[in-house]
Amino acid sequence: MAKFTLKVNGKSHVVDVDPEMPLLYALRNDLRLNGPKFGCGLAQCGACAVLVDGKAIRSCSLEVKDLGGRAVTTLEGLGTVKNPHPLQKAFMEEQALQCGYCINGFIIGAKALLDSNPKPTDAEIKEALEGNLCRCATHTRILRAVKRASGQAV
Amino acid sequence: MKTELSRRELLKAGGALIVSFNLFPSLDLFAGEAQAPGMPDPTQLDSWIAVAKDGTVTVFTSKVELGTGIKTALAQIAAEELDVPLGRVRIDMGDTDKTIDQATTSGSRTIERAGPQIRQAAAAARKELLRLASERLGAPADKLAVKDGVVSVAGSPSKRVTYAQLVGGKRFYKTIQAEGKLGEMKLAQDVKPKDPKEYEIVGKSIERVDVPPKTTGEAVYVHDVRIPGMLHGRVVRPPVVNSAPSSIDESSIKDISGVVKVVREGAFVGVVAKTEWAAIKAARNLKVNWSKPAFQLPADREQLDKYLTTNKSFTTLKQVEKGDPAAAIDKAGKRYEAVFRWPFQMHGMIGPSCAVADVRGNKATVWSGCQGPFRTRASIASLLKIPEDNVRVVYHEASGSYGRLSNDDGAEDAALLSRAVGAPVRVQWMRHDEHGWEPKGPAQLQKVRAAAADGKIVAWEFVDYSLPWTVAATMTLLASQQIGLTTKIPGQGNGNQGGGEIYAFDNTNVRAEEIPWMKPEANPLRTSNLRAPGQLSRCFASETLLSEIAADLGVDPIELRLRYLAADKRASDALKVAAGQAKWEWHRQPAANSAAAVAKGRGVAMTRRAGGYAAAIADVEVERATGKVAVKRITLSHDCGLMVNPDGVKNQVEGNIVQGVSRALYEEVAFDATGVTSLDWVSYPILRFPEVPELEVALIDRREVAPLGAGELSTVPIPAAIANAIFDATGARLRDVPFTPQRVLAALKAAKAA
Repeated sequence: MAKFTLKVNGKSHVVDVDPEMPLLYALRNDLRLNGPKFGCGLAQCGACAVLVDGKAIRSCSLEVKDLGGRAVTTLEGLGTVKNPHPLQKAFMEEQALQCGYCINGFIIGAKALLDSNPKPTDAEIKEALEGNLCRCATHTRILRAVKRASGQAV
Repeated sequence: MKTELSRRELLKAGGALIVSFNLFPSLDLFAGEAQAPGMPDPTQLDSWIAVAKDGTVTVFTSKVELGTGIKTALAQIAAEELDVPLGRVRIDMGDTDKTIDQATTSGSRTIERAGPQIRQAAAAARKELLRLASERLGAPADKLAVKDGVVSVAGSPSKRVTYAQLVGGKRFYKTIQAEGKLGEMKLAQDVKPKDPKEYEIVGKSIERVDVPPKTTGEAVYVHDVRIPGMLHGRVVRPPVVNSAPSSIDESSIKDISGVVKVVREGAFVGVVAKTEWAAIKAARNLKVNWSKPAFQLPADREQLDKYLTTNKSFTTLKQVEKGDPAAAIDKAGKRYEAVFRWPFQMHGMIGPSCAVADVRGNKATVWSGCQGPFRTRASIASLLKIPEDNVRVVYHEASGSYGRLSNDDGAEDAALLSRAVGAPVRVQWMRHDEHGWEPKGPAQLQKVRAAAADGKIVAWEFVDYSLPWTVAATMTLLASQQIGLTTKIPGQGNGNQGGGEIYAFDNTNVRAEEIPWMKPEANPLRTSNLRAPGQLSRCFASETLLSEIAADLGVDPIELRLRYLAADKRASDALKVAAGQAKWEWHRQPAANSAAAVAKGRGVAMTRRAGGYAAAIADVEVERATGKVAVKRITLSHDCGLMVNPDGVKNQVEGNIVQGVSRALYEEVAFDATGVTSLDWVSYPILRFPEVPELEVALIDRREVAPLGAGELSTVPIPAAIANAIFDATGARLRDVPFTPQRVLAALKAAKAA
C-alpha cells in the first residue's frame, strides 16, 4: 500500500492503495464516482474511460502508480442533470442510449475527439469511437448526438 | 416534465450512494399509515397505486427497466388513465416486498401484458377518486371532469378538489378484481378504461426518464450499490466443464492484504476481501487444483451437428401441420432442400453479472439487476434453503441483458459468499467469467425441404433441431449446481416461430425438435433465452430458402411472399411498406453486376413474432477477393400495434437491427471438448462503430391494434435479409452463420463451381 494524491474533477484526493491497482477501482471505490464502469478489465470495451490530461484513457488498465500527477476528469466532472455538458445534453436530446452502461465511454471518447477536432466528419466520429463497444447498439443516435454537440446539423 | 421526474429519480437513488436498509420503504407515502410488510395483495388497489400528499402518483410494478424504456412507457399509460401530468407519476420497480409478481421482464411482453394491468389499476384508481370527489363536491360522478389531477364539476369550475386532497398520503382501502397470475393476471375488468381515440400522453414520443442521469454518472446501477459494511467477492470457476476442486492452496494468496475468506462449498469456490482489488487479485492468484472434466463436450461444430441430428428430442414444438408435405415433395417437379446452421451466441452484456447480498441467519436481502426479481427470490430461497418470504430482492438497473439476466447467477454467488462471511458481499464477474459462463443462446440446425409445381409452392417442410434452454425458471443456476442442487427437467424449448408458418402453402409442416443437452450441470455451454429466442435462426433458414425458390422461379421475392400472405393484411402491409421505403425494384437475381470486384446486392426477409410484424431489406457490398461483407443500409418496417412511445419504439428497433447485423456477421462462440474458448471481446468480436449500416425505419401506426412489445421483433429478419442480399450480389448462398469472410469465400467458390 502507498499514498497517492489524485487530481480528479478539479479536486485533490489522497488515497492509500496498492500501487498496482488500476485507477478504475480508486475512482469507483475510494472516490465513489460511478461514471466509469467496469466492463472487461482488458482495455477492450471502453466502459471505464476517463480523461487523463485531456486524452481518453482506459482506467481499468492504468495503474495508480503510473498516473503521476496528471489530472483526471470523469463523466461526473463534465456536468450534471441540472447543468449538463453540451455532450451530455446532446445525448439526452438524441435519446442516444438504452441501458447506458457503455455510454460513459462514448461521452468521454467524444469529449476527447471534439477537444482536438471540433467539427469532425461522420467517418472521423466513427473511427474515434471504434474502440468503444455498445451492445444495445444505439450507434446511429450516438453519431447524431456527437454531431449535435459539435454544432453540426443532424 | 422530464426534469421533474429525473430529479425525483435522483432523490430516490442517486443522491445516496449508500443504500439504506429499510423494511418499510413505502411508509413515507402513506403519512404514517404503515403498509403491511410482506407480499402485497393484488386485489388491493393500494398494492398498485399510491397518491402522496404532494399529489405524486406512485405505481408499483415488478416489471423492471432494462434500458428498453418501459419505465417511461408504463408511466405514460398510468398518467393517461389517471389524467395526471406525466411528470407527476413515478414508477417503483422490482422490489419483491413492495410489488406483485407480474412475471419476469422478458420476451418483449411488458407493454403487451403489464401495460393493461397498470392501465386497469390506474382506471380503477381514477374511478375511486371520482367516487370520493363526488361525495366531497356533492355532484354526481358523471358530472365530474378531471384535468391534471384536479376534479371539477362541469359548469361550476370553482367546485374542485385535487387527488392529493382526496387521498394524498392515505390508502385507498379499495378492493379491485384480480384474476389469474403473473403475465396472465387480469385486473379490474369491470372498469372501463379510456378509449384510445382520446389518448393524449400515450402515443407521444416522450423523452425517457431514465436517460438524463445515465449521461452524467448520477444513475445508480446495481454495480454502484454500496451497503454499510459491504465486502467484495469474486468467484473462481473451473477452467473446464463440470470440474470440482480437488485441493485449494490458500498459501498462494497469503501476501494479499485484506483477504477475508476463501469460500468453498462443493464445487463452488470464491474469495471475499475487504476491497474489490484484493478480491480480484486473490481470485486471480488462488491456486486451485481442479479435477479432470467429468465429461467431454462435442469438440467442434461437426460433432455438434451430429449430436443435434442423432439424439432424440424430448419434445416437439409443432407450429403448423397441414396436408402431406412429404408426399407432395415426392410428386412435385421442382424440389428444394437445404441445411442451415446457427452457432452458440452470447448475450454479451457490456457490464458483467453483479449483485450484492446480505444474508443474516434465515433472512436475505439481494440487490440485483435481474429481469425477474421474483424468480431471483425463488432461486435464492432454494439455494439457501429458507422460505421465499424471508428473501427480499431489490432491483437496480444493470447492463443491458437481452435475456441473460432472466437467470441471476450473480445473486446466487453473492448469497453464498455473504452467508459464508456473515456480512453483505458485492460480487461482480470478471470478463472471462461472463464470457465463459453466461448461458449461451442455443446452437441450432434446420433441415428445410420445399417443392414447386407450375410456378406455385406446393409443399413446405421445416424442422428446427435446437438445444433447449438448460437454464430457465424452475431450473437450477450455476452456483446451485456447483453445491449439488440438480435440475429435474431436460430444458425449456427454444421457440418455434419463424419457420415459414406465416405463408399459406398447401402442404406445410413446421416444427421444432428440442434436443436435450448433455449434462446440463456446470457446463460452460449451458444455454438460455437470447433475444427473440431461436427465431433469428429459423427465420434465416426459412426466408433464405424462400428467396432461393423465388430466384429459381424467376419471380420477385416480394411478389412471391405476397401471394402466400393474402389472408394476413398486416403481414402484407409490412412487406409493402418496407418495399416502398426502400424503393424496391425487382431484377432477376443474382444481380447483373455479380462479377464485379465489389458486388452489390439487396435482399428481403420478413417475420411475425408474438403478434407483431417486421420486414427488412438489406443493401450489402461483398468484396470478392476477401469475402468481406459490408452491410450498407437496412430498411425495416415495423408493426407492433399502437405505439405507446414511438421514439422509444424506434430506439428499440434501431438497436435490434444493428445487434442483428452483429449476430449475422461476426458472432460465434468458440469451444472445444472441455469448454468455451471465447473469453474476451477479441475472441468473441461484435460489431464496431464503422460497421454500422445506415438505418431507414418505417413505423407502422396501428392505433386499432392493442400495444405490443418492440424489444425483439425487428432483430429477427436481419440475418436472412443480409444472406439474401449476398446472394443477389454474388450468387453465393450462405448456410452458416456468421457470414465470416472465410465462409463467404467458400460460398463464392461453391457458386462458381455450380
